[in-house]
Amino acid sequence: MTEPLLEVRDLKVSFRTEDGLVRAVDGVSFSLSQGETLGIVGESGSGKSVTVMSVMRLISDPNARFEGEVLYKGRDLMTLSKDQIREIRGTGIAMIFQDPMTSLNPVYRVGWQIAEQIRAHEQVSKQAAHARAIELLAAVGIPRPAERVDSYPHQFSGGMRQRVMIAMAVSCNPDILIADEPTTALDVTIQAQILNLIKKLRNDFGTAVVLITHDMGVVADLADRIAVMYAGRIVEQGSRRGVFYDAQHPYTWGLLGSIARLDRPKPRRLSAIPGMPPSLLRLPPGCAFGDRCTHRFDLCDERPPLLDRVGGGHLDACHLEPKQKKEVRETTIHPELIEEAE
Amino acid sequence: MTSSFAAPAAASSSPAVADVPDGDAVRDGELLLRAEHVTKYFPVRKGVLLQREVARVHAVDDVSIDLRAGETLGLVGESGCGKSTLARCLARLYPLTGGSVVFEGRDISRLSRRKLRPVRRELQMIFQDPYASLNPRKRVGAILSDPLRIHKRGNRDQIKRQVGELLELVGLSPEHINRYPHEFCGGQRQRIGVARALALHPRLVIADEPVSALDVSIRAQVINLLDDLQDELHLTYIFIAHDLGVVRHVSDRIAVMYLGKIVEVSPAEELYKRPVHPYTEALLSAVPIPDPDLSARREQIVLEGDVPSPIDPPSGCRFHPRCRYTTEICAQQEPPLVDHGTGHLAACHHPLEVPASTAPRDPD
Repeated sequence: MTEPLLEVRDLKVSFRTEDGLVRAVDGVSFSLSQGETLGIVGESGSGKSVTVMSVMRLISDPNARFEGEVLYKGRDLMTLSKDQIREIRGTGIAMIFQDPMTSLNPVYRVGWQIAEQIRAHEQVSKQAAHARAIELLAAVGIPRPAERVDSYPHQFSGGMRQRVMIAMAVSCNPDILIADEPTTALDVTIQAQILNLIKKLRNDFGTAVVLITHDMGVVADLADRIAVMYAGRIVEQGSRRGVFYDAQHPYTWGLLGSIARLDRPKPRRLSAIPGMPPSLLRLPPGCAFGDRCTHRFDLCDERPPLLDRVGGGHLDACHLEPKQKKEVRETTIHPELIEEAE
Repeated sequence: MTSSFAAPAAASSSPAVADVPDGDAVRDGELLLRAEHVTKYFPVRKGVLLQREVARVHAVDDVSIDLRAGETLGLVGESGCGKSTLARCLARLYPLTGGSVVFEGRDISRLSRRKLRPVRRELQMIFQDPYASLNPRKRVGAILSDPLRIHKRGNRDQIKRQVGELLELVGLSPEHINRYPHEFCGGQRQRIGVARALALHPRLVIADEPVSALDVSIRAQVINLLDDLQDELHLTYIFIAHDLGVVRHVSDRIAVMYLGKIVEVSPAEELYKRPVHPYTEALLSAVPIPDPDLSARREQIVLEGDVPSPIDPPSGCRFHPRCRYTTEICAQQEPPLVDHGTGHLAACHHPLEVPASTAPRDPD
């Protein structure tokens, strides 16, 4: 196996607040190889954004504490100086954000904003950078790029702004593109356009992608591997097919079951996960999902480690035996199956 | 549940809610609301003093729809298609530019504020953002008792008891009565929004993207709650959402909107099995499917470009610039909404997969 491009080892991020210590990320490890797409799935507050923001060293909160290693091509990003990390942002790792409305500067023309990025990393003239900006806008599918390069962000729609963000992110040919909920603020038809664009850029340039989302549907099409996060920890990690067709963690089952799906007959009721996520201020000592889990037993008072219990690099953090899981999985995801049988 | 919310009969016999109208109430299956040619334009003004009107946003353009008591009508479309504006017109939160809304046999489209007040009792809304739709400076008790006080539903003790029942009804604890909205998480706040809408025993609840701001696992909880409440209280819903999966789950009938027009109305399952309008087809194919193999197999129709501006909508069929079946007639003539059998209506010159016998004839 080749050396991973990015390797995160036991990353812990906590914030000191008036109410106590918030453990936003609590021991997350994953790796990303060249050209691979990793999907990180989780709900709000699960720590998925904090994880990637920490990888990019974008959290400047003085109350934040970081532990662990983030190795990019063998260098630990956590120990780099501000100047060194700035070198890597853009050329090594680039990021696009959820809200294209707020992540562009409203007082500069979009072409200028893309050119600024190019000129920060490469010794090129203003004209050359401007020309590159037009090429990039064309590459991300903006019609009439030579005219639109001089537009301001407010003259673009949401989907077009996200295209501009992507143009900016890929302007210096990064090895890794981190997309943090890139389509959450967009309509489905525009979401389909943007996901296709990310796919195309990935295939054309061999960029590795970290795709963060709360939507299992989005990763189903795009990700090679999937990590499911809950309350600051990865609870399941495996290949795309593994996570979808052989899900090991009850939380993943809950996620799969609570989607109102178009490809299945309509269930009488959606199988909602009861309760709500625990407060990150007071995480239970055992399994963080324990209080909401219908299969809880006495062992769950101990924190389950993330282990490969089924083989093939499919990790999960649940005390249940794989055999037991197989028996209860389908009825947990689709409770109406029990009702039908009765 | 042994509360005044258990059934309409129990409600009318309870002294606290004595003025619930019954007898002439619309029975399930009968026409509850009829909107005809509802039109809402927003003026675009320019200038400091004179405020000349320079253009109009055609937010809702000549929409007609019927709603039967006890059913759930889903309203889908992308942002800016006018679904929220239509909902607010139906609830008379906006004055109409044109058309009429008949609710329980009464035209409410021209009523004054004062005359609207009894209508409000019967027709309530749940809003998208539970963070913005609850007053942060009021306690939950005050938020829920305001509608009861305004409509004089009993004395202080009776109202307090009803608030406690409302909280239980939506799955919260009566102890929450003295808390402020910020002390709740998103899902719980939306439950408070639901409780507020139900305080006066409305007939019709218009839910405008009630679960869009919530996490997936919480979303399912709120949808199930709305489902249960409908059975328990005989509610009629208009359910607005952009998530087609959610809409299919809750709706009996679905209306698809594009640029201020209804382009297709159909019984829910029928719409997903046999979309007639090309826009519906594209919309359905854009929904990501949480199944890798299926997702890889299916053919996706990716629409080019963005929704055109509603200030100057395209001529003829408003979808024609983005439609893959477009021909000359589409730019010239606006297709009427025609029945393609069993209450499945669509407005298209080139309807998909429709047997020739039921295809629309020439408009003239």
